Amino acid sequence: MKGTPFLFKGGWLTLYIVLILSFLYLPIALIPLFSFNNAAAVAFPLSGFTLRWYDALWGNKEMLRAALNSLLVGIIVACLSTLLGILAARALTRYRFPGKRAATAFLSAPLFLPEIIVAVSLLTIILSVGLTPSLVAVALGQTIFCLPYSMSVLVAGFEGMDRSLEEASRDLGETAAGTFRRVTLPLVAPAIVSSLIVSFTVSLDEFILAFFLAGTEPTLPVYIWGQLRFAAKLPSVLALGSLMLLASILLITLAESVRRRAERRLEQQVLL
Amino acid sequence: MTDPMIAIHALEKSYGIYKALHAVSLDVAPGEFFSLLGPSGCGKTTLLRSIAGFETPSAGDIRIDGESVIGKAPNQRPTNMVFQNYAIFPHLSVAENVAYGLKRLKLSPSEEKRRVSEALDQVRLGSYGERRAQQLSGGQRQRVALARALVLRPKVLLLDEPLSALDKKLREEMQVELRALQRAVGITFVLVTHDQYEALALSDRIAVMFAGRVAQIATPKEIYQHPQSREVAAFLGGMNFLSGRILNETATSLSVEAGRFGTVAATKPAGFTRTGETTALGIRPERLRILWEPQDTPHQITGTVVDRDYFGETTHLRIRAEGLDEPLSVIETNSFGADDLPRGATVQLAYDPEAFVALAD
Ligand SMILES: Nc1ncnc2c1ncn2[C@@H]1O[C@H](COP(=O)(O)OP(=O)(O)O)[C@@H](O)[C@H]1O
Ligand SMILES: [Mg+2]
Repeated sequence: MKGTPFLFKGGWLTLYIVLILSFLYLPIALIPLFSFNNAAAVAFPLSGFTLRWYDALWGNKEMLRAALNSLLVGIIVACLSTLLGILAARALTRYRFPGKRAATAFLSAPLFLPEIIVAVSLLTIILSVGLTPSLVAVALGQTIFCLPYSMSVLVAGFEGMDRSLEEASRDLGETAAGTFRRVTLPLVAPAIVSSLIVSFTVSLDEFILAFFLAGTEPTLPVYIWGQLRFAAKLPSVLALGSLMLLASILLITLAESVRRRAERRLEQQVLL
Repeated sequence: MTDPMIAIHALEKSYGIYKALHAVSLDVAPGEFFSLLGPSGCGKTTLLRSIAGFETPSAGDIRIDGESVIGKAPNQRPTNMVFQNYAIFPHLSVAENVAYGLKRLKLSPSEEKRRVSEALDQVRLGSYGERRAQQLSGGQRQRVALARALVLRPKVLLLDEPLSALDKKLREEMQVELRALQRAVGITFVLVTHDQYEALALSDRIAVMFAGRVAQIATPKEIYQHPQSREVAAFLGGMNFLSGRILNETATSLSVEAGRFGTVAATKPAGFTRTGETTALGIRPERLRILWEPQDTPHQITGTVVDRDYFGETTHLRIRAEGLDEPLSVIETNSFGADDLPRGATVQLAYDPEAFVALAD
């Protein structure tokens, strides 16, 4: 008797979760579905399987150029944001200094800033100093937004490392720089890889900054936005979207597994 | 005396308004096994890390082999350290850990290999070179840390509670090994410990520290038998505290009227200054003996057993004697039946009237 109401409650909860999840993910699932659909119109009923939308992507010079732009921007953003993240994470985990809390807050603030405001202000600045919008501007803008992600991954990495290891290295005659290279870097390497992947992924999917700052060189999301005006190109865009979705999922899975592996290694160390 | 290997003079260390070290001065001789002993938080690690170069003293001087090391980075000092948690590099094998500091000496590969295996043999880890740190037990990690430091042939080896993470049996084995290793390599060792038995068993000399100050520096036997203060006496083993009236004073001893114990001779600790007619006295629990046969000696008192703890080879008894406020602690070996004494039994305790020490408060 006692179990029934509980089960009932559990039943509603399950239903609720299923509804939420389908609301979140069903539309996304439709994208790959229609990308394999053999019809120019995106509508049910489905009319057979095809790979021709994917085929069409290969011959599309404009699209390939946008993909290359995205790749370039993504790599620059990943490197910049990870580099800055390493410096910030190291300072935050190793040193005590006045304004440390404020620094932490400012570095994670972009998570809560409206992206469009930042985009508009960056555009204003770029134009007012006489520069033109470019991929470099996009990369710099996106770095601001990737930094909080990089930092949280890297701070965890540095915190997981026992400080006495660096001291032991100094004690064994190594210089500060040598210690960073021979002890610190190898031990936070998983966090660095993780940060590179996460910031690359964030950059790959970013739209607003790229839209405002890219000028004549679109990145993939901006290219997709441009194509949406032509109904005939919609299936092709869906194919491209599916590929980007796949890439994002693979990258995030990779980053997470690198992080877990590193975490396990540290756990073993503590246990013994 | 030969020139000291380590000479510390009036060393001070403050963390903000908290003073962790107060004018610490001490010398350590070359090849000496020197221990810093004291309760947790008394500043032992701070002192050791100041010698290694990880803490910057607020004042004072540290000389190693005649040269001041103030302002020198840890990698520029002729010291090496065994960290409390051993700090074995987890991304390197045992052999790579040991070779870590050698890399900078740019030895030939064969010479480097020879020194690594020599160091591993020294700590009896000859066949463990390829293992990873995660595959080692606590005792083995400790040996790796030792080998990694000793392979560099430092002038001074600093050890921060190297045995405290090990279980009791392994700890006792490692104590013997550590002492043998120190004799074999002849390097000056400075050991930090809060375990008085470890300090007594291993050291040539001990500095006892309380609250950032050095209370006494002496050989283990001297410290145990002639503690200078009540604090030192209480920290190193048990002590029965009494008080008595000073009858007579010479350069080395006091004659004291100690109530039920009669007139006793107490050794005068170095630096003892008489503050009045009375003085604190101490006698170690093992210097009180139960008389199993009646004996005709004036140096005995009568007491009643109030409590006893069995320790296998010894029994610790609490015996209340008439005329004393506190029950006396007595340690008896169990050869004669101390483990069978019931509570409430009446016993005669004999003592050597010369076994007392006078204590500064
Ligand atoms: N970095 C630090 N900042 C502030 N206080 C410290 C620091 N390091 C040690 N202390 C304080 O100094 C005192 C002595 O510490 P320590 O040398 O580690 O003692 P021990 O090794 O004898 O246990 C302790 O009270 C400790 O809290
Ligand atoms: Mg300590």
